[in-house]
Amino acid sequence: MTDNRGDGTVPVGLPAWLYAPACLGALFVVIPLVAIIARIDWPHFVPLVTSESARAALILSVKTSAASTALCVALGAPMALVLARGRFPGRSVLRALVLLPLVLPPVVGGIALLYTFGRQGLLGHQLELIGVRVAFSTTAVVLAQSFVSLPFLVVSLEGALRSAGAGYEHVAATLGAGPGTVLRTVTLPLVWPGLVSGAVLAFARSLGEFGATLTFAGSLQGVTRTLPLEIYLQRETDADAAVALSLLLIAVAAVIVVGSTARRRPGLS
Amino acid sequence: MSSVSARLRLRQRAVDLEVGVDDGEVLAVLGANGAGKSTLLQTIAGLVRPDDGRVAIGDQVVTDTRAGIFVPAHRRGTALLAQRAMLFPHLTVEANVAYAPRCRGLSRRAARERARHWLDAVGVGDLARRRPAQLSGGQAQRVALARALAAEPRVLLLDEPFAALDVTAAPALRRLLRDLVRAQGTTAAIVTHEVLDALALADTAVVIENGVVAERGPVRSMLTAPRSDFGARIAGVNLVAGTMSEPGRLRTAWGDHIAGLGDVDTGAAAVALFRPSAVAVHPEPPSGSPRNVFPVTIADVDLRGPLVRVRGGELPDGGTGLAADVTAAAAVDLALEPGRDVYFAVKAQEVALHGAPHRLPS
Amino acid sequence: MRRLLAVVAVAAALCSACSSARPPAGTLTVFAAASLKTPFTELAHRFEKAHSATTVTLNFAGSSDLVAQLDQGAPADVFASADTANMTKAVDARLVAGSPVDFATNTLTIVTRPGNPRGIRGFADLAAPGLQLVVCAPQVPCGAATARLEESTGVTLRPVSEESSVTDVLGKVTSGQGDAGLVYVTDAATAGDTVTAVPFPEARGAVNVYPIAVLEKAGDRSSAAAFVELVTGAEGRKVLSDAGFAQP
Repeated sequence: MTDNRGDGTVPVGLPAWLYAPACLGALFVVIPLVAIIARIDWPHFVPLVTSESARAALILSVKTSAASTALCVALGAPMALVLARGRFPGRSVLRALVLLPLVLPPVVGGIALLYTFGRQGLLGHQLELIGVRVAFSTTAVVLAQSFVSLPFLVVSLEGALRSAGAGYEHVAATLGAGPGTVLRTVTLPLVWPGLVSGAVLAFARSLGEFGATLTFAGSLQGVTRTLPLEIYLQRETDADAAVALSLLLIAVAAVIVVGSTARRRPGLS
Repeated sequence: MSSVSARLRLRQRAVDLEVGVDDGEVLAVLGANGAGKSTLLQTIAGLVRPDDGRVAIGDQVVTDTRAGIFVPAHRRGTALLAQRAMLFPHLTVEANVAYAPRCRGLSRRAARERARHWLDAVGVGDLARRRPAQLSGGQAQRVALARALAAEPRVLLLDEPFAALDVTAAPALRRLLRDLVRAQGTTAAIVTHEVLDALALADTAVVIENGVVAERGPVRSMLTAPRSDFGARIAGVNLVAGTMSEPGRLRTAWGDHIAGLGDVDTGAAAVALFRPSAVAVHPEPPSGSPRNVFPVTIADVDLRGPLVRVRGGELPDGGTGLAADVTAAAAVDLALEPGRDVYFAVKAQEVALHGAPHRLPS
Repeated sequence: MRRLLAVVAVAAALCSACSSARPPAGTLTVFAAASLKTPFTELAHRFEKAHSATTVTLNFAGSSDLVAQLDQGAPADVFASADTANMTKAVDARLVAGSPVDFATNTLTIVTRPGNPRGIRGFADLAAPGLQLVVCAPQVPCGAATARLEESTGVTLRPVSEESSVTDVLGKVTSGQGDAGLVYVTDAATAGDTVTAVPFPEARGAVNVYPIAVLEKAGDRSSAAAFVELVTGAEGRKVLSDAGFAQP
């Protein structure tokens, strides 16, 4: 009952002509990727992607994306739970605000972060006084990535929570489970797939984040120059390096996305 | 002590009820859909907070809006069993049943033992390792029952637990529930549409109509001798009131006579009860053995599964119109439709006569 | 039928976008490095006044971006680069007609927050520990100049950020993030009061030479040549020096 493929069901809501635009959409995404692969200078590919600056950029990208995904989960999961299950005035306003970073151009997000955490920013000023400097640091990169990725996690998880419904949670409560136990033993296990896909989305978005990082964190090898920033820089002088690094970024993202969809725990999908 | 007393009012659900269940008693809650029956159970369980009300389980006040008391659901000791089994899909059957014991702090091993005990008690011990998706409806409800009982609740709340089961699964589960509840002496409230559920399981019945209590009393007498027309309609029984003119014969308010079985003194107020399925519909006055023939103008025709319920117009004394159940084929053959004049015939053997000392006008 | 018409309409719209957009006759397209924005905008106005039949379209961007666009077939008549390296790339790609002409030079200057709170007096002060210094990355012309300065002065800079465009460097200083930055004198001039400029003598050791050339694909060679003459002539030199450029 968990996987219906191959059981003979006829897709009655799928008119044949849908396949044409669907194929077009697939090609629209795939062909640019093929175009990049076609441009690779294969003999030089390995040295280009293993250069010191490339390695530094890749490691920094993976580290910061992982850190920002963790931050997104730590902050975003409670937000999603509160938005899906909580009852308080202004809930719909909060939900709209959470989606704001999705709409903002990343550069604008970077500017906003600058005015918050920058040396003369709203919070940055106070932080300076106690000796904490955020600008030009790896922390700034993580903050920029978290800012743009948080909505992905919140939306994905909130959607999963709403469609799962609170029925099982009610049952658990009547069986004697307090709110914390209900969360741990019923709510989260049932929306685990939604949480994982939200985290993957957040990670992928963080990996590709550029505008906010450039504006807020700056660009210095090993500290703030993530892979997208390295590609942007290499474009100035070495187009081959830029293309090779682009393929590297695509490959890393693909591995993450495919790897996460492969493992699935039984639950509500 | 696990009696229940509940007084609740909820404006949004249009509910204003006062209901009580004695310790060890089983209460059947009857009423039309949307009348407020589920709200009652959810309020007792602590899943709904009334605008104004007070709920006490045993000596403990669990809800009191005036005093600002509200004990959360997980501390009330009530277990809720609904139409859908709602077994946790990510846990095995055994883990589902062991859930409540684990919440109470039992070790994994002790909880598993409790789970196996209850699974055996409901007859599905061999399904312990299965996942809920692999169970049939009847099996799932059994597991859900085991899960609820494993919580050792003070009060067991059942919301139409057999409504989604097929005709073969429901009777077996009904018997099982009856045996377990009686053996444990559990206080319980069961919401149901099914008369057989109420008769088999409950001691007392209460009818809720439009959010208020319409009638309450011992279940047997309420269903076989409902004192209000609404109770009669719920029970699906035909009721005609009158006085006994001679043993086995009741004289209606408008002078007709009904013959039936029952020990009621001559001259006493009485009601004649008979099932719609015992009534035959004739286009012409029938000859033959049926002693009771009523001319009826059809008021409405209602499809209920394979049967058609034909209801006649209001009785001359204001009572609910008589109902007859016929097959769909018969309804088509006889061209039964509102406005037609037909004759309802029922054998005296099918009519039960009961005394009605507290007959209330409907 | 309606669906077919819609498909045809969409196809037609897409096709019109595909065909290479040749600018209408009487247009002169100039690709110029971003730092030339102020002077070239002014010179374009003057050119249009002198040649009433011609409209000048300007495209400002990083020099390497411009070369990349030209390489991919973007139609343009004139190219002015912020350094010789990028012009050489254009020449090697056979995009240039004739030979490029050097028409201006730009040198670096230090900029700080208004009032120079850190008291920067010269290039050596930029290596002070704890200073939040922002520079261009070596891959861009201003960064190449910075690297040449480091070599010639022997001072090793430890910037907190190496930006891909000089505008970003300036931006980090004006927003208060960076204590000091290395930008072109022309940028410092445009920034006005938002920064304090600290000129330093060593800057003469790393000069970026700006060449200009008529492109092979130019629609009207004579019009393009006339524009180059305006830039390299007396009028052009005046406008450029007003903006802060020096002569080669």
